[in-house]
Amino acid sequence: MIYEVFRQERKGQPFHHAGSLEAADHTFAETYAKEFYGRRGESEALWVVPREAIIEVEDFADELNRNYHRVDGYSLKAKLKEARERAGRALVARNR
Amino acid sequence: MSEQEFLEYVQSGGQVETTNWMPDDYRAKLIKFIEMHGNSELMGVLPEREWILRAPTLQRKLALTAKVQDEVGHSQLIYRVVEDLGKPREQCLDDLISGKAKFHNVFHYPTKTWGDVGVIAWLVDAAAIISQKALLKCSYAPYARIMKKICWEESFHILHGRDVVLTLMNGTDEQRELVQEALDRWWGPLMQFHGNPIPKNDDPMYAWRIKSQGNEEARQQFLDGYVPQIWELGLSVPDPKLCKSDDGVWEYTEPDWDELKMVVTGHGPKSQDRLDLRRKAREHSAWVRDVVLARAA
Repeated sequence: MIYEVFRQERKGQPFHHAGSLEAADHTFAETYAKEFYGRRGESEALWVVPREAIIEVEDFADELNRNYHRVDGYSLKAKLKEARERAGRALVARNR
Repeated sequence: MSEQEFLEYVQSGGQVETTNWMPDDYRAKLIKFIEMHGNSELMGVLPEREWILRAPTLQRKLALTAKVQDEVGHSQLIYRVVEDLGKPREQCLDDLISGKAKFHNVFHYPTKTWGDVGVIAWLVDAAAIISQKALLKCSYAPYARIMKKICWEESFHILHGRDVVLTLMNGTDEQRELVQEALDRWWGPLMQFHGNPIPKNDDPMYAWRIKSQGNEEARQQFLDGYVPQIWELGLSVPDPKLCKSDDGVWEYTEPDWDELKMVVTGHGPKSQDRLDLRRKAREHSAWVRDVVLARAA
């Protein structure tokens, strides 16, 4: 059985995929994972998961180019310029 | 995706995952290359293993054992990558033992003295790490990812090797002789290690971005990094033509490419002995595999 190993470098950090290993069962998988990815105390923690338990998702549709919920959907430069100029003119007019 | 589109994709830095489509030739070349790497890690432990019981101190014994353990671990990670590409590890081991698949030239030579152990861990591992660092950019992402771990572990190997050499160089005349004599024997294989200088653009491995540097580039990097380190210890390199020209290029006596070919096709001084050991080890441990697999079934 193939297992995927995820390792955490330091406390608080996300688990990153480190590689895969082949093992006869969960006990062997855990032992091998500790050997491969923890022999030198280089990992804070490991997640060892049978490959078949992983659901891979790759298709992300965005037909409407819905950038209204992303930062790149908002370009304020021109509007800001216009607003600053208007405010500047109003200030000059008040001070006459 | 067509083969031409795939080629353009990898040449502009595109990364390929296991489940992506790839041209048959790309897959075949990848398997052959990565398999040879796995074989080399597995066979590479044998020269050093011969010295575990003969190491001069406990610390050296532990360090050698740790190095051997790392290399075997690397071979397992690497065979795992090959399996995901479609070739089972049992078949890799069959081909290794039968001589159908190859492993790097340096592992076909004997280790005659403790000087060899130092020179190998320092310079052979250095030559290897140059190639391995270039593989960090391999277009096949699963391989590039395990290279990160391998490179990180190899860094202790080189330090250990250099420590052994420095300890000998700071010792007696006899110890210094040991290092020089080992270097004299290992220089030839070291110069052959990176392969003959096929221009990058004629190398299909480079075209597919499996390799990201040419053979000569790797060799030049090795010379640039390590000849000064060798010379500063008062050691000599057994090549009267070795020197760095004004334009920064190292010149040297043409390595013996015939020797390289003969060695990697299984005719090196220790090739058959070591493959024999591999075969016996596999036979003797078959019962362990059988028990484990039966238990899991």
